[in-house]
Amino acid sequence: MIESTRFGEYGGCFVPETLMAALEELEEGFRTIVPGPAFQEEMDYYLHEYAGRKTPLTFCRNLSRDLGCRVYLKREDLLHSGAHKLNNALGQALLAKCMGKRRIIAETGAGQHGVATAIAGAALGMNVEVYMGEEDIARQALNVARMRMLGANVLPVRSGSRTLKDAINEALRDWVANVHDTHYLIGSVVGPHPFPTLVRDFQTVIGRETRAQVLEKEGRLPDAIVACVGGGSNAIGMFTPFLGDPTRLFGAEAGGEGPGGRHGATLCRGRPGVLHGTYTYLIQDAFGQILESHSISAGLDYPGVGPEHSYLMDKGRVTYREVTDDEAIDSFLYLSRTEGIIPALESAHAVSLARNIAQDLGKDDILIVNLSGRGDKDVSQVAALAGDCL
Amino acid sequence: MIREVDRAGADVIEVVMPFSDPVADGPVMQQAIQRALSAGMNTDSLFSLIRDFRAESETPLVILTYANPVVQKGLGAFYRDAARAGADGVAVADVPLEETEPFCKAARDAGIDPILFVSQTTSDKRLEMIIERAGGFLYLVAALGVTGVRGEVDPATIECIRRIKGISSLPVVPGFGISSSHQVQAYSQAGADGVIVGSAIVKEVGDRVGRPGEMRIAVGEMVRALVADIV
Ligand SMILES: Cc1ncc(COP(=O)(O)O)c(C=O)c1O
Repeated sequence: MIESTRFGEYGGCFVPETLMAALEELEEGFRTIVPGPAFQEEMDYYLHEYAGRKTPLTFCRNLSRDLGCRVYLKREDLLHSGAHKLNNALGQALLAKCMGKRRIIAETGAGQHGVATAIAGAALGMNVEVYMGEEDIARQALNVARMRMLGANVLPVRSGSRTLKDAINEALRDWVANVHDTHYLIGSVVGPHPFPTLVRDFQTVIGRETRAQVLEKEGRLPDAIVACVGGGSNAIGMFTPFLGDPTRLFGAEAGGEGPGGRHGATLCRGRPGVLHGTYTYLIQDAFGQILESHSISAGLDYPGVGPEHSYLMDKGRVTYREVTDDEAIDSFLYLSRTEGIIPALESAHAVSLARNIAQDLGKDDILIVNLSGRGDKDVSQVAALAGDCL
Repeated sequence: MIREVDRAGADVIEVVMPFSDPVADGPVMQQAIQRALSAGMNTDSLFSLIRDFRAESETPLVILTYANPVVQKGLGAFYRDAARAGADGVAVADVPLEETEPFCKAARDAGIDPILFVSQTTSDKRLEMIIERAGGFLYLVAALGVTGVRGEVDPATIECIRRIKGISSLPVVPGFGISSSHQVQAYSQAGADGVIVGSAIVKEVGDRVGRPGEMRIAVGEMVRALVADIV
């Protein structure tokens, strides 16, 4: 029996008994293998030599001038694969390999985590199969092609709403049936214990680097940090080293169509419950049936959220706000034109919230935005939507 | 349909309270759950269904569900209402030993048996702790994987039945993937006190949506045949 880690009352491991042996094994590997020097050395090689860490903390002259404060972007968009997801994929794939697993399964929505896992699988010589909803396969053709080129097998999911939530269901079902030789490489700080902690620890490299970089450049801590929140992995990775600091922390959720419309703003509008192995805020009806989320950005289109975010919101440590689809598109174009950086639509949510927060900051105040990914994958979608504005 | 299963001689009836994201279920149950939810099934209508059945039969009835419908109703309220409606046990598919305590407590307070799951991957140490907390019977997951018709006998399940029988007097009932008389005979010979048949029956229903008369006949025949195979 494992001590299931909770974040306040959130978290836990709500999975069928059949999976508990695998979670126990994973938790054991996490505690014993990951801290060891051999693992850390390997991880160091993959993060620095292979994936291109550390990523820059870019002082943005044009944004700073325009927003009236000192604006920095943490450039996860420059990481190999084009998003922060690779930090976690490499970490878990390496752990799975050390644990003797030969097969890796993953879920993906936008395809970024699927691509990251396919890359990690290719680099480490492991078989990768990625569950992806049929809806998402149709929406994200570019990433489907990338995964296949990288040697991964993309498995279409036809159940439920045929999106990310159902891809996670299918991956869990696969894992139950193949626990002996398979590792489920989950893509965010969601799922049963130990995943929320494991994924957080692999993503915390973002915040550790940022803290050292800002101290070096500015000689002091930032006043505010903004990150987008889907499952919440780039945000928690950025926030964790700052939790004990006075820095104000902000999470941008998918406000979708805005007030009264469809959305993915789990923390801002949801209620706690149990989904995918964890107790956390969810988008659900009065009887506990999970409702479909909506966001223009597939990476934020999820009716749950990492349990640690539920805790940080209740505690008042992090402030979560909604950003609508339209605001995200506006900030997608704004960052592209102001600074010459095309952000992922997910990251554009963080940029939009940062623009609002900047209004309350003075010209010497420091604002950091976690730019979780680059926007190549979203270019055709935004071009079609923004049509006349381009 | 519950009435039909009862008349055909089932010793215990398991009714599913559907959940939108049933990770322990295969395609047949998923589709049935979708149909039920689309038809407006919810916790309250489940309890009234059970109440109606209880008015005409004494056959023990167990609710199978997932954590969230229970959590949203409130643990105390869910088990109390289940007991009032006439249910005898509740099994929650995604609540393992680690999370089971508040569920078991609410069940016992309401006079409901907390039905707990064991699997071939359950270690001896876990098994002992589960047996300590379980009520009614032990639900032995008879296949690595999700619910769904399989047909073959799983040697690890036979082994697991023997393992449990060696240390506990609780009835052991395998479920998941059972549909053939071959399986029923093999598991009951190994010492199982019954078998749980889900997908195989639900498939008979799913194949005949919109034809309730045929449905009842098919389900009745299937249950009668399976009951006859128990040794
Ligand atoms: C670039 C980018 N940012 C953010 C996310 C959201 O995930 P998380 O909240 O776990 O960081 C995704 C998910 O696909 C993504 O691709």
